[in-house]
Amino acid sequence: MTRIRFQQSLEDLKEQLLVMAGLAEQAIQRAIEAYRVRDLSICDLVSRSEIAINRLEREIDQAALDLLAMEQPMASDLRFILSVIKINADLERVGDSAKAISDRVRAMEQMAAADLPVDIPRMATLAAEMVRKCLQSFIEADADMARSVLAMDDAVDAMNKAAYKALTKVMEEQSHLAPQALNALMISRALERVADHATNIAEDVVFWVQGADVRHHKSVTGGRDPHALA
Amino acid sequence: MGVGIEVSNLNAWYGTNHTLQDINLHIPANHATALIGPSGCGKSTFVRCLNRMHETNPIARVTGTVLIGGLDIYNDAKPVEIRRRVGMVFQRPNPFPTMSIYDNVAAGLKLNGYTHRRALDEIVEKSLKNSALWDEVKDDLKKKSGASLSGGQQQRLCIARALAVDPEVLLMDEPASALDPVSTSKIEDLIFQLKSQYTIVIVTHNMQQAARVAEKTGFFLNGRMVEFDSTHKIFTNPSDKRTEDYITGRFG
Repeated sequence: MTRIRFQQSLEDLKEQLLVMAGLAEQAIQRAIEAYRVRDLSICDLVSRSEIAINRLEREIDQAALDLLAMEQPMASDLRFILSVIKINADLERVGDSAKAISDRVRAMEQMAAADLPVDIPRMATLAAEMVRKCLQSFIEADADMARSVLAMDDAVDAMNKAAYKALTKVMEEQSHLAPQALNALMISRALERVADHATNIAEDVVFWVQGADVRHHKSVTGGRDPHALA
Repeated sequence: MGVGIEVSNLNAWYGTNHTLQDINLHIPANHATALIGPSGCGKSTFVRCLNRMHETNPIARVTGTVLIGGLDIYNDAKPVEIRRRVGMVFQRPNPFPTMSIYDNVAAGLKLNGYTHRRALDEIVEKSLKNSALWDEVKDDLKKKSGASLSGGQQQRLCIARALAVDPEVLLMDEPASALDPVSTSKIEDLIFQLKSQYTIVIVTHNMQQAARVAEKTGFFLNGRMVEFDSTHKIFTNPSDKRTEDYITGRFG
């Protein structure tokens, strides 16, 4: 093997991204837990991890930029670095979504408890599973596993739509619960965004491993490309 | 205009060394085609087979068919005629050192008995313009020698010399490897312009250069052509693992 130093730099970049992934995954799990048990101390942890995530995002981008400028990578190495840059941005936004959820939990803590017609924990479980699975596919360079994440996004989208419909109805018919419903709607929206970021990451894993661009097939075909899900 | 090149079952030897084995490919007209591969893989031998220079070595031998614009260059044409139709530029610029810039460009034409003064002037000017050197040398055409130019200018002078005999194909064997980045960039820009008029085959060790100038790229290894595809495909997602390993620096 030649270019040993370059290969080591790619390994280092992957390690850095895995640290970032670990922080982002932990942040979303903590935000969900904060919602479930209404614990503001967990919200504080989410806020703190966002600072670390933002710092790592800059470091990873810089390391990737250096490799592009200094090493002129080709083929799978080039695809890997491009994927890292994009996954890095998506992970940072997963961190942002975690922070958004914890902010809503803080706000809801000031309000009277309300029994709302939305299953946030179930939606959160599915979104977190998508994050876990897309990151596992990155670790194992497993395009098939990444493709399986794409199929899960539709379920989260459907849950978000159902939440929108049900919570809008609450706001219309029980106006005294509108603040709680609005916060729940924002959490639902944040979870839907998390699922979108997991989908983006899965698409980037497929691109890195197979060189195939599986983005936006839904908008082109009216449904996901059946081959993309094979 | 450039012409396409069809290569079928091409084999080449240096003595008992089988340096090219069963090469088959189509090089499209008016495109730049890059050939990459580690040292000794056969890519330079391959281009030397395209203008019958390989056989100038007494221990060299070639079998197979090469059609240039439909002409079978090994069976239906003489080497001198082939080398007029297929120009070649080498790694190190090799202008005739004692000749003026003008005479360097006109040398091939004069060798072919071309003596019409005004026509020669026009061809020299056109060739120097096509090689992007005219503006830099037009006032010193007959005053300065080819050797007085910089390395990058000398290489463009050699390109002008090759263009003067009106070839259809231009072979370039690592044309910029001895040049600085600015001169390299000028040669690459030139290749980009020239391919509208000529078919260009470029051998290079600089993969970024291949990626920048060529539409098609072939990867040679141990005398065989492992993969030939669009440059985009070769450098982003090659089909063969050996190509992938070479361009990512895992061997070579």
